[in-house]
Amino acid sequence: MKRWLPLISFAILAILLGFGLKNADTKSLIPSPLIDKPAPDFNLPLVGQPEVFVSKSDLLGTTYLLNVWGSWCAACRVEHPFMNQLSRSGILPVVGLNWKDEPTEAIAWLKQFGDPYSINMSDYSGRTAIDFGVYGAPESFIIDAKGNVRYKHIGVLNQQIFEREIQPLLATIAREVSGQ
Amino acid sequence: MIAELGQLTLIIAALLALAQFAFPIYGAWRNNQSFMAMGNSTAYGQFVFVSIALGILTYSFLVQDFSLAYVANNSNSDLPIIYRISAVWGAHEGSLLLWVFIITLWTVAVTVVSSRKTSVLPKAFSARVIAILGLVSFGFLLFVIFTSNPFDRILPAPFDGRDLNPLLQDIGLIIHPPMLYLGYVGFAVAFAFAIAALLGGEINREWVRWARPWTLLAWSFLTFGIALGSWWAYYELGWGGWWFWDPVENASFMPWIVGTALLHAQAVTEKRGSFIGWTLLLSISAFSLSLLGAFLVRSGVITSVHAFASDPTRGVFILMYLGVIVGGSLALYALRVPKMISGSGFTWFSRESLILINNLLLTVALFMVLLGTLYPIIADAFGMGKISVGPPYFGSLFIVIMAPLVMLIPLAAYSRWKQDKAGRVLSKLLVPLFISIAVTAMVAWQNDASNLRTLSGVFAGTWVISGTLRYTIERFRKNNRFTLPRSEFAMVLAHIGVGVFVIGVAMVETTSTEKHLAMGSGDSYTIAEYQFTFKGTEHIDGPNFSAERGTFLVTKNGKLISTMYPEKRQYRNNQIMTEAALDPGFTRDLYVSLGDPLDEARQIWAVRIYEKPFIRWIWLGALMMTFAGLIALSDRRYRRKKTHQNEPSAEPSNNTNPLTNGSMP
Repeated sequence: MKRWLPLISFAILAILLGFGLKNADTKSLIPSPLIDKPAPDFNLPLVGQPEVFVSKSDLLGTTYLLNVWGSWCAACRVEHPFMNQLSRSGILPVVGLNWKDEPTEAIAWLKQFGDPYSINMSDYSGRTAIDFGVYGAPESFIIDAKGNVRYKHIGVLNQQIFEREIQPLLATIAREVSGQ
Repeated sequence: MIAELGQLTLIIAALLALAQFAFPIYGAWRNNQSFMAMGNSTAYGQFVFVSIALGILTYSFLVQDFSLAYVANNSNSDLPIIYRISAVWGAHEGSLLLWVFIITLWTVAVTVVSSRKTSVLPKAFSARVIAILGLVSFGFLLFVIFTSNPFDRILPAPFDGRDLNPLLQDIGLIIHPPMLYLGYVGFAVAFAFAIAALLGGEINREWVRWARPWTLLAWSFLTFGIALGSWWAYYELGWGGWWFWDPVENASFMPWIVGTALLHAQAVTEKRGSFIGWTLLLSISAFSLSLLGAFLVRSGVITSVHAFASDPTRGVFILMYLGVIVGGSLALYALRVPKMISGSGFTWFSRESLILINNLLLTVALFMVLLGTLYPIIADAFGMGKISVGPPYFGSLFIVIMAPLVMLIPLAAYSRWKQDKAGRVLSKLLVPLFISIAVTAMVAWQNDASNLRTLSGVFAGTWVISGTLRYTIERFRKNNRFTLPRSEFAMVLAHIGVGVFVIGVAMVETTSTEKHLAMGSGDSYTIAEYQFTFKGTEHIDGPNFSAERGTFLVTKNGKLISTMYPEKRQYRNNQIMTEAALDPGFTRDLYVSLGDPLDEARQIWAVRIYEKPFIRWIWLGALMMTFAGLIALSDRRYRRKKTHQNEPSAEPSNNTNPLTNGSMP
């Protein structure tokens, strides 16, 4: 029996991994331990205006979408037209978190592809992104007026995902506000 | 056209790999010499074709063939030549091809060594080893061809590529993956030796002697690869950390832990004949964990900073491959292991028992890291939501498990095989004990910020170093000259390396100083006795960039000790890079980097200043371990043809081995 133990342990491990694999594709939809918890504090300079700092408390009072991006990130380029469209639609403000990026490159990139961000903060060291549990760009968070994280999407956000997952959430948030 | 040729060479290589498995394994079974010999030719053939494929991919990068999806995604017309080459393994498909190339490289090395006239390997045994390596390679080639083809075209081809991730455009990242893979894949050789031994039933301690230099070589590469990754993270990510317990780091660390346990278990098996089953199991596990690492990194099961683009179909393939290779070997192990001899007995205090404790602790550490890494999957499986455990879990538990291991190191070196007295060993270590207490007290007295964790780390590190040195001095005295046999010198060097590493970690974790400041020209700031004075910036031109270069004068007690020049570079291709200035030192690193200009007219810059005591010791320790591994494998006994036991024998070795002076059960 003892000599079969390694094989049995491996079998259990393999089943576990198989299970993990089954869930891997849904992973990007249900991630962060931060959901429904207060967003981590941040105080970051604006891209292009390093002397102006924006903190979490400055943004309280509005529900906004926090978009983690970088000029070095290829997928962000794919996502970007949707961000521009979302920003133009005025459904909610789009706040940028420019992750581990050189500000001059970020500015050049936005000139080329359009700037959807009402506020665009520079997280040069990546510390804020770590607090948010970001592990790849692009990533998007919905943060409500009280500063709580309500939703997180890993990867490219598009119209379908927005309609399916974010719009119902925005409706819920609106009801919460009017209910009080 | 040439890319299609690349694909064709991969298919040919896969067929050769299959032949490399089938013919020699059949030949070894039927004792057919010509079939066995086919292992060599197919191994060379496979190596040639995989090399051509890798060469074609490299060529496609060099000539900027953006019609290849892989090239378009990971290169750009402005990318310098050196990074075009390293971009070959900058993402999933190419790195997998590199992985296959390294398997074939190891296979050829084994083939060459085992077909030398002086080789001690029985023909049937080496045929099986090469066959197993063929099977391993075959699976990976199928994986490349069916799920991760680097030669896929995109239509229409883009005008320019998306470029390599800027973080990967760095010298550290050029050599880190090949070193790491040489380590991972190198464990396949020890694995193949173990499987060949199990298949042939010819289990004596001889196969361990054959497998040991290969294990040492793989372990050295892995140690170096991990250290390189850590060093890169330190200077390039710019937050001064050196290890993050990220799943991908853990994926490389787990084979290392098992490899370390394996090296120690092999020592016992080679010298004493004990632990044969355990050594076999560890040989299988080290490579299995390399494969598990590949699964974790490439399947998207676990989220990590380093993870490749996730793709569940790739995950399914690797999981099936794991099932065949690992499941098959463990089943073989279960069926065959009781036939083994079990070596000589030993008492509760002996070198064997101490190495047994070493192996137990390393195994516990492995399960701790494995559990922490897989915890998100486990939690998810039991409906506890998506949770992951962070560095606090790993950091605190790992120290608890490793502390006794580190403390036992000097004892193990001193103790004799089979039977020893704890009192005898401990009495020899009294002087090192006093030295360690004295050094720790000195550190405590010098730094009032020292806490218990730092002090215990300093104590443990000093204890290992002084205890190991004490042993060395005694050996010198006994031999009446200042030399040690190579394998013993390697042991001493590696153990001192552990001590150096432990001191580095203990000092860095708790006594670093980090400051983020806004400084104008003429401003000074003092951290940890070092006064940094900013002398403003000047414009300079380099070969392919222009830069703002800051000048910082660093003084200590009024004496100038260093002038540091951090730069903010703008390359011709518009890329901006922050070049931090490092003033490395044996006992501390000073680190200055320029952030953004806050006010260009008045020359006010965001500046980061770090002081990191003893951080070099972390990599110094790892380098010492790496060299120790290389020195150990150069020991003459691995090349010596044994005079009385080199016939290809299927019989287990008996008591005639002069190294065995104990009794066999």
